[in-house]
Amino acid sequence: MEVPILKQGPFLIATIQTALHDADLVQLRDAIVEKVGKLRAKGVIVDVTALDVIDSFSTRTLSDVAHMIRLRGANTVIVGIQPEVAFAMVQLGLVLEDVATALDLEEGLAFLNGKDRKGERTVPRRR
Amino acid sequence: MSVPFLDDVDSDVNIRTDGDIVTARRRGRVLAEQSGFSSTEQVLITTAISELARNILLYARGGMIVLRRVDNHERSGIMVVAKDHGPGIQDVEKAMQPGYSTSSSLGLGLPGVKRLMDEMSIETRAGQGTTVTATKWRR
Repeated sequence: MEVPILKQGPFLIATIQTALHDADLVQLRDAIVEKVGKLRAKGVIVDVTALDVIDSFSTRTLSDVAHMIRLRGANTVIVGIQPEVAFAMVQLGLVLEDVATALDLEEGLAFLNGKDRKGERTVPRRR
Repeated sequence: MSVPFLDDVDSDVNIRTDGDIVTARRRGRVLAEQSGFSSTEQVLITTAISELARNILLYARGGMIVLRRVDNHERSGIMVVAKDHGPGIQDVEKAMQPGYSTSSSLGLGLPGVKRLMDEMSIETRAGQGTTVTATKWRR
């Protein structure tokens, strides 16, 4: 099941629509990292609203996406983690360290727009 | 009840691929829902199943997830049994320490599963395999 990645202005939006196999998630990670360069995106939103389980593997892969995108000079925000899922993640001891999260797509876009205006980059540019 | 009863045979899921993890947690979710667990508890149970199935793939390459309703007259709940014939856990006490993992990539593993469920026991024998039994009771 391939996750569609849409371009919205300077940002990419990947909306996960159904439970994903591990391989699908890895495929998504690689597709995002590639598209950020190809489409010169400044930010990425990964919408996980449809995920009813985020386990250690999903957490690690989402975190990898964010860190890889940062190395590519853009920002990532994970949106739509459901309250029950957040509870289960905390119980399990899972953390999305150094990864931006937002309530929903709207908040995610606001976050990225703010970063874009300030020209913030998490990796300093060489002068 | 309008939902068809999920018979026991249907709730045994062989774990050989990452797709089987998705199947196991989907069945677990249905069973949890049918057993009257709240939506939050359903997610906790499903997440525990996901981690247990993942352990099977990571450490034993294959095994089985068995899902059962349990009823001891005073209370009812769900029992999740994860069986494999892998190498076994060398040091169970150590494996139960938070953050401990022998697999490089993941593994908050068993202590996390215990927090998600109410009860958990581990039977393991070197070279013969591991059986983890975790139960969640309805409040």
